[in-house]
Amino acid sequence: MKQIKVLGSGCSKCMKTAEMIEKFAAELGADVTVMKETDVQVIMAYGVMSTPAVVIDDEVVHSGSMPKAEQIKAWLA
Amino acid sequence: MFEIFTQLADWLAFDLLGLSPSSKLGDAVHFFIEDVSKIYVLLVVMIYAIALLRASLNVERVRSYLAGKNRAVGYMLGAGFGSVTPFCSCSSIPVFLGFTSAGIPVGITMSFLLTSPLINEVAVLLLMSLLGWKFTLLYIVVGMSVGIIGGAFLDAIRAERWLQDFAAKALQQGQQNQPTYSGAGSTSMSFAERHDFAKDETLEIFGRVWKWVIIGVGLGAALHGFVPDGWIEQHLGDGQWWSVPAAVLLAIPLYSNATGVIPVMESLIVNGLPIGTTLAFCMSTVAASFPEFILLKQVMQWRLLATVFGMLLVAFTLVGWIFNSLSPYL
Repeated sequence: MKQIKVLGSGCSKCMKTAEMIEKFAAELGADVTVMKETDVQVIMAYGVMSTPAVVIDDEVVHSGSMPKAEQIKAWLA
Repeated sequence: MFEIFTQLADWLAFDLLGLSPSSKLGDAVHFFIEDVSKIYVLLVVMIYAIALLRASLNVERVRSYLAGKNRAVGYMLGAGFGSVTPFCSCSSIPVFLGFTSAGIPVGITMSFLLTSPLINEVAVLLLMSLLGWKFTLLYIVVGMSVGIIGGAFLDAIRAERWLQDFAAKALQQGQQNQPTYSGAGSTSMSFAERHDFAKDETLEIFGRVWKWVIIGVGLGAALHGFVPDGWIEQHLGDGQWWSVPAAVLLAIPLYSNATGVIPVMESLIVNGLPIGTTLAFCMSTVAASFPEFILLKQVMQWRLLATVFGMLLVAFTLVGWIFNSLSPYL
């Protein structure tokens, strides 16, 4: 099971990113957990400066913008 | 080149709505239509064009430029990058920490963060189209100076003493290790990638600012049409010394960004408010906002937060006084 974290300080883009991932995960029936990480110390520990960022199984796969639908589907596949 | 917008406003306000050009309402509606249509077209065209150019610039690259620079150059580069680097204001905390953990002094980081809301492509564009290039140049110089001097001041008083503990530790480690960042966004981009970035930027920024344009121009139109001619000039036109700090304080609870406040500036200046008072009001509205400062609490102690806030208020007041006294020569 993949663990997906969305890093961000709670801005609207971060919320939307998390919602999009959850929506696609449900559509594709992917076996994942999605959570939001808002703690700045944790975000710093991942070395991320531009949010929203996406972390899958502790690896940063995306940062600085809302990911596109194709990207999300590729992560979930 | 901007006449087409005047013609559009003539047609909509006077022909279609049947308002009289000499009535207050007709005047205000005409002003509103002309400015909103002009600003919308300019915004879409210019945001796209600028985004194409700066597609490959991001905070990660700025950090590697700034790391290890000497101080004097650092403040100027910090303020310069602050004005051109795109980043969401909700990212300011991660950016602050990212810079700090690379060992970049607090003052240089703050030069970057203070300049960013004051100067950006939307603000510059609006100033150019509404108030002309001279005023725009002045605004840029003043905004950069506030960022540069503010940053230098914070380092001079050793502001890093008042960071939250974990941020102070990150700064110390960063300064000892002198980490190097390589490859951050250094890949060159194809035109198609730039176009994608620019398209997203345009949609995103326009989606965020269009309502501010309506609010700002609406307020400006109300001032334009309904404040009696000469009222502002008569009461505040001499640049009375107290009017500047009053404008700065008045602007604190007004939480807006540059897009909303610049159309209001235009009306204030046209109605005879002195240039220094107007600048002070505008900068205070944009840069001294409580919601953003409360966010910084995560990385700064109250003492530093209050210092930065007070510093900005003093800086904007000085800006106002200086420009009011210089305005006869401008």
